[in-house]
Amino acid sequence: MDEIKKEQTTTHKIGIYLWIWGLLFVLSFFSYMVDWYQFQGLLRWSLILIFMFLKAGLIMAFFMHLFWERYALVNVLLWPMTAIACFVGLMVAEGKYTLFSRLFYFFVEGGQ
Amino acid sequence: MSSDPKIEGYKFKPGYSGMAADTASDQTMFKGVHWGKAMMWIFLLSDTFIFSCFLISYMKGRGSTPEEWPNPSEVFALNAFGVPVPLLLIAIMTFVLITSSGTMALAVKYGYERNRKMCGWLILATALGGLTFVGMQVFEWSKLIHEGVRPWENPFGAAQFGSFFFMITGFHGTHVSIGVIFLFIYAYKTFAGHYDEGKRGWFTTMKGDYVEIEILGLYWHFVDLVWVFIFAFFYLW
Repeated sequence: MDEIKKEQTTTHKIGIYLWIWGLLFVLSFFSYMVDWYQFQGLLRWSLILIFMFLKAGLIMAFFMHLFWERYALVNVLLWPMTAIACFVGLMVAEGKYTLFSRLFYFFVEGGQ
Repeated sequence: MSSDPKIEGYKFKPGYSGMAADTASDQTMFKGVHWGKAMMWIFLLSDTFIFSCFLISYMKGRGSTPEEWPNPSEVFALNAFGVPVPLLLIAIMTFVLITSSGTMALAVKYGYERNRKMCGWLILATALGGLTFVGMQVFEWSKLIHEGVRPWENPFGAAQFGSFFFMITGFHGTHVSIGVIFLFIYAYKTFAGHYDEGKRGWFTTMKGDYVEIEILGLYWHFVDLVWVFIFAFFYLW
């Protein structure tokens, strides 16, 4: 083997992985409880999103080591997500317009 | 073992100055990072866009139909001891996948500590978790197909439900299946000591190293990550 060593080869204590593991279990349990207790409306949607983003963040930061990665890599990975956010915004508007046209032309005008 | 040659006088700087140095650097951008790891991240980024397109089209399809959307907590309910429990199978699948993600994270850790046996057993445990997940998904699919869910119609409500369900969970299940195959291969390679000896792979001249376990781990955690979003948007919403 060569003498060259990667600087990344330092490992982390097992405790951090077990903690994140436990947290993911608890968060998954909570998001299941959202359905179990049949929360509805804004409360349901915000709880689903909060637990989802917490879980995704924990997996990316600690299991995928992004928390310890160099900033160049983190930025290369996270900035493209803004394009996805824009796409979501566009399609929300488009979906609303499609629903409006369907209701208007199929049910309002077509009924006359 | 680093794949790119050590560059004379190069020293990694943390933080934003390191980011500036990285993006402005000559020859390669992520100096000292295994090329396979950088490329796996780029692949995962493109995969993120594919899954985003699926989930966004699902959002648009569900949001724009005047038909009633099937209630997922009833459609995916499972009878346990004669009582319908909402999303029971999906919840178990979620816990199985998170468990396998945890064993994978530990496998990466033990790999870097050059603990061959622990690393191999944990990869094997991850593979078995993935296999369990795929098996439960097969059960879920056959149950829904028996109930009459098709990509073009279903007895519960809006016809689009079936096509989004089969497309999204099918694409995710394919990812899990490919991951399981690779996990078994890597478990073999770990136990056989390919990463300790630096043995070359089958299709590459690259010398084996435990960094490959981390690259495989990135893929596996990504599969778990996508499931987090599918679970939230498709099953809970």
